[in-house]
Amino acid sequence: MLHELTKGIIKENPLFVQLLGVCPSLATSSSLENAIGMGCAFTFVLIFSNIIISMIRKFIPDQVHIPAYIVVIASLVTILEMLMNAFVPALYAALGVFVPLIVVNCIVLGRAEAFACKHGVIASALDAVGMGIGFTFALSLIATFRELLGSGKLLGHVVLGTAYTPILIFILPAGAFLTMGFVFTLVNYFRQRGEAK
Amino acid sequence: MGDSIFGILFGSIFVSNIILSRFLGMCSFLGVSKNFNNSLGMGAAVTFVMLLATMLSYALYHLLLVPFNLMYLKTLVFILAIATLVQLVEMFMKKTMPALHKAMGIYLPLITTNCAILGIAIINVDNNYNFAQSIANSIGTSLGYTMAILLFSCIREKLNEDQIPKCMRNLPIALITAACMSISMMGMSGIH
Repeated sequence: MLHELTKGIIKENPLFVQLLGVCPSLATSSSLENAIGMGCAFTFVLIFSNIIISMIRKFIPDQVHIPAYIVVIASLVTILEMLMNAFVPALYAALGVFVPLIVVNCIVLGRAEAFACKHGVIASALDAVGMGIGFTFALSLIATFRELLGSGKLLGHVVLGTAYTPILIFILPAGAFLTMGFVFTLVNYFRQRGEAK
Repeated sequence: MGDSIFGILFGSIFVSNIILSRFLGMCSFLGVSKNFNNSLGMGAAVTFVMLLATMLSYALYHLLLVPFNLMYLKTLVFILAIATLVQLVEMFMKKTMPALHKAMGIYLPLITTNCAILGIAIINVDNNYNFAQSIANSIGTSLGYTMAILLFSCIREKLNEDQIPKCMRNLPIALITAACMSISMMGMSGIH
């Protein structure tokens, strides 16, 4: 049972290993604060969608299972939008269109299709928690690089001192592609080295 | 230029290019761009569906959601409308234009979960665009998408022939290439 929780963090990390959810991770990683916010919002939707879908998995006819999943996920995202708008309006504004776009996030639909529709409620919830932590971890890692290099700050606090000239490109869109490209290079490098052994 | 039709059109093609600065539709951008012809098909399919989806979502929002004060349901209504629309377009195409369906058909299911389509529908509503502005935004965005994916596919075809370090093949080098394209697009950012 514990395996369901831990597998999403490193071994089957949704972003680094399964290469899912590239859009939101490029867009919301310009600061660590946004990345953690996005990770939490995403984890919220994933946990509840996995729980609900695994509860109703026996009643959904096979032909319409994808539309049914989308309705569940879209309802959860609507709830999330309202909650965020009420309690963290600044974060909601910063993440912008990427909050509603959790609906079409391939990880959420992917976990429903690959895991929640075949497993019990507790296993599905653990799987969602693991995947959520894995995604948040991956997102935060990229955001740490970008915010540190692009502004010399971390979570708004100056880290690198005033002598450091920020490399502005890292917080611009191009920096997202660049950082992501090099992070994936590193992941591939370690994976290929592991396979060669 | 701001909110004029031309400003929106130009802005959505170049300045805030959907892929290179807004990061929507990355999955299909990275997945389909391995050769030129597939990219052309995907670009055409996205243009077609985005235009229809924009009109449909505009009508649904202003004729159904606003009068009943149900604006908070937009995410749910839009995704269902888009999924249904894509399904209908596919059935219609299969029946009446089999040749086109054969060329474009495989890209259509991919589009349902393409965040660009839903993203533009939501962005249009969030910016309070009127009908003409929404259409301009969706045409500009889809042209920008097609341009980016076509250019990118040409570079990727060339990259296949090159000696690239093993750990950088495929996705990493594609992302770094996209970074260079994004830097060149930044040159336009003063214009808008």
